[in-house]
Amino acid sequence: MNLNWLIREFRHQPFRLDPLLCGLLLGLMLLGLAVLYSASDADIGTVWRQAVRLGLGVVLMVVASQITPAWYRRWAPWLYALGLALLVAVLLFGVGRGATRWLDLGVIRFQPSEMMKIAVPLMLAAWLHKKPLPPGLVDFAVCALLIAVPTLLIASQPDLGTSLLVAAGGGMVLFLSGVRWRWIAAGAATAVAAAPLLWNMLHDYQRNRVLTFIDPESDPLGQGWNIIQSKIAVGTGGLTGRGWLDSTQSRLEFLPEPHTDFILSVIAEEFGFIGVAALFTLYAAIVLRAVFLASQARDPFGRMLGASLVFLFFVYLLVNAGMISGVMPVVGVPLPLVSYGGTSAATLLAGFGIIMSFYSRRKMLK
Amino acid sequence: MILAESTGTMLDSDNRRTVDRRIWFLVAFMVLALLGVLARFAQLQILEHGTYAARAENNRVRLRAIAPNRGLILDRTGRVLAENRPAYRLVMVPERVSDIESTLDTVDSLVGLTDSEREQFRLVRLRNRPFQPVTIKGNLDEEQVAILALDRHRLEGLDIEPYLIRHYPYGEALAHVLGYVARLDESDLNRLDADNYRATTHTGKTGIERYYEEQLHGRSGVERVETNAQGRMVKVLERTPPVPGRDLRLTLDLDLQLAAIEALGEHPGAVVALDIETGGVLALVSKPGFDPNLFVNGISHSAYRALLESPQRPLFNRFLAGGYEPGSTVKPFIALAGLDAGRITPETRVFSSGSFRLPGHSREYKDWRRGGHGWVDLESALEQSVNVFFYDLAHNLGIDRISRELALFGFGQTTGIDLPGEFDGVLPSRSWKRRTLDQAWFPGETVITGIGQGFIVVTPLQLAHAAATLAGRGRAAPPRLVDLEPPAMLVEHRPEHWDAVFNGMHAVVHGARGTARAIAASIPVEIGGKTGTSQVFGRPDDEVEDDDEELPWFLRNHALFIAFAPYENPTIAVAVVAEHGGGGSSVAAPVAAGILARAMRKAP
Repeated sequence: MNLNWLIREFRHQPFRLDPLLCGLLLGLMLLGLAVLYSASDADIGTVWRQAVRLGLGVVLMVVASQITPAWYRRWAPWLYALGLALLVAVLLFGVGRGATRWLDLGVIRFQPSEMMKIAVPLMLAAWLHKKPLPPGLVDFAVCALLIAVPTLLIASQPDLGTSLLVAAGGGMVLFLSGVRWRWIAAGAATAVAAAPLLWNMLHDYQRNRVLTFIDPESDPLGQGWNIIQSKIAVGTGGLTGRGWLDSTQSRLEFLPEPHTDFILSVIAEEFGFIGVAALFTLYAAIVLRAVFLASQARDPFGRMLGASLVFLFFVYLLVNAGMISGVMPVVGVPLPLVSYGGTSAATLLAGFGIIMSFYSRRKMLK
Repeated sequence: MILAESTGTMLDSDNRRTVDRRIWFLVAFMVLALLGVLARFAQLQILEHGTYAARAENNRVRLRAIAPNRGLILDRTGRVLAENRPAYRLVMVPERVSDIESTLDTVDSLVGLTDSEREQFRLVRLRNRPFQPVTIKGNLDEEQVAILALDRHRLEGLDIEPYLIRHYPYGEALAHVLGYVARLDESDLNRLDADNYRATTHTGKTGIERYYEEQLHGRSGVERVETNAQGRMVKVLERTPPVPGRDLRLTLDLDLQLAAIEALGEHPGAVVALDIETGGVLALVSKPGFDPNLFVNGISHSAYRALLESPQRPLFNRFLAGGYEPGSTVKPFIALAGLDAGRITPETRVFSSGSFRLPGHSREYKDWRRGGHGWVDLESALEQSVNVFFYDLAHNLGIDRISRELALFGFGQTTGIDLPGEFDGVLPSRSWKRRTLDQAWFPGETVITGIGQGFIVVTPLQLAHAAATLAGRGRAAPPRLVDLEPPAMLVEHRPEHWDAVFNGMHAVVHGARGTARAIAASIPVEIGGKTGTSQVFGRPDDEVEDDDEELPWFLRNHALFIAFAPYENPTIAVAVVAEHGGGGSSVAAPVAAGILARAMRKAP
């Protein structure tokens, strides 16, 4: 029995996983756990719970990497339809405090908007597969609709952060498909024109977030508190930081949610600009490696899907970093793979699994 | 892209090219965006680091004042007159209590809460943050502590906390000397250095406690504490300990003080005993007193009203602010003025017929003894307190010369004792009357000033100081309780003039006809003294001693006595005022005798 092919296969890509990307992701997650220990006020229990969640995410990544591109393409419409149905169900039977985001399945609670972060780009990439690119007006319109429906459903939960991420993932597929710049400009113009309309649809707390983002000092103890305290934490860090476990802003409870959305503030305070730059370098390495893997996919379907999933990961980083440094409004977007919480980590790791699945099969289907 | 093989259709290959071009755009965008965000972090962390570091420091570090322990007050032998006693108070942390009103009701049912305690609680609670403990009830007794401890399960969020409370073990006996401390109020904070009182709850309101507030209080300490976002203390970063207040040792002799109070019996009045050499106050009594401990925790309205409305005016400080006619106690000083002016000599004899009449006036100024005392010289005039002698002398001297002499002995001026609120009395003169009443002086007013009546008003403290000055032959120091001042020569007279007056005052006690001869047997040494009677209401013209036993007590005259002892080389001077005591010889002199006997027995 000749097992050489298996050995060859696994030496470079064990289980169809890219060792470099996996190593970088693992490094990021371990670093995240170390910071989490500090941000959770040295609570080892929190770190263990997060480790278990990340472990489940890694399992999900490995599973996703085993599934063939053809399967993804075939099941894309069904996944999308299921996601849409669940979003409607959330609207009708959902639970949650303030915002209705969850479906209570008795045993577990499930957030359907999360799967749309993958299902929407998947659906778009599948729709554009085998069509001449750049797409025509009809396909463009269909794609816009495929993005708009789940985005608006999620925004009405209301969950501005997730709807933004879903729209970003779907929109990136359209962008990658080569949509004419003119149309992009027209789309942007429409968005600007629709802004006042959207403003009226926003909930009060969402409007407050935008307003305090524009002038946080106007309400230093209320809505502006988060932004101000986060900027203070970042600024205090200086070049080299206070050192691990020494974030006073976090330990003394000035930072809101230091272990979830504002964990980057803790990193900035404890490790300074050097730490932030090192972290961003790690993120850049992950993003660039993942884009490279995506660009090696056999067909435009895989490349569009892969690159848009990388973009999704990048938007998490960009929005979170922008939020804690006070250049973007406070929307509930975590620092990817570092913030406490398993849901987004699972989605993002599954996305990397899909990218690796396409990469590992770049030469196989001839 | 190198590995991509164009094995698919032309369509696929075109599409791939399109997508790859856009991927480059994406990569470029992501790299630029990341550099942009990094630049933002560089701005916050490097360029604006100083600003934010300062704001973080302001965020977390607070200064917290620590109250110093108040200095003790001791008597001259070191016995504690004002102490800081450990006590317990019931405090509430409002944020840990779900229903504050019903909790207060529970406390009320267990240990009782007054309306003013509830009100105080409400006021302090409004000023504090919800996690800061607020006192519900202070100074709990042991039984109350036990009751509250038993019912702890019903009192979530309440604690029994130890603290120091000012306590005056001798209560009423020293209330007018020590004064008392009570809760700081708005006006105190305007008067005091507010920075030094941040953690202080009580301050001296009257007496020594008020006069020496600065020294008794000490300097408050400060802690730099790290606080969290809710303002709760996390840890102490740095601590400058408070400097405790200075312990004050008074010149006061507790034994003498208690003896004076006892000697005064049931009469309201005042007793002052001074150390002639130093001016140190040995006893200082204003009777009745009040319990100063009532004021420390905030006196109830009803108790305060009772004190205010009591006919004996226990809150009134008689030795310091009580104004009395000196009566015949002024005679030795008038005599000195007469000797000095040459209007009399020790041998001058005057005939006392029972009354005196100014030339060309019909009004009669009477002797206290009907029919008069016959021929008297200065010694016997003092011994028997012969009014006519002094009517005549005063008339001869004129008011201004009298006034000048009395001023030398401190009449009409504050003595400078280290207590707040001293009254300066009234020393009449022509210019004084013109100034204050806008009236001319009448000769008759000079005549009665000669026996200490009319406009003249003195405080018991002034009288004692004058007696001490006399006993020291003009040399005296201002009466002080703590920081003594050096004695000075206040009045200068020829020695034979001093001798003449001293002889008269000796005869008052030891002479065969002395007005205070009854006390001679009760004291172990020879002394000098002078009786006096202060009129309560305007009775006609004459000084009347010892003859008003039938009058209701509040119409009776005040009895006065000044004395010094021992007669040779006097060391102690006293002044006694017994309100409504009737006559100086029957009531005031025995009081002074009691104190002097006590003092002389103690003396080495």
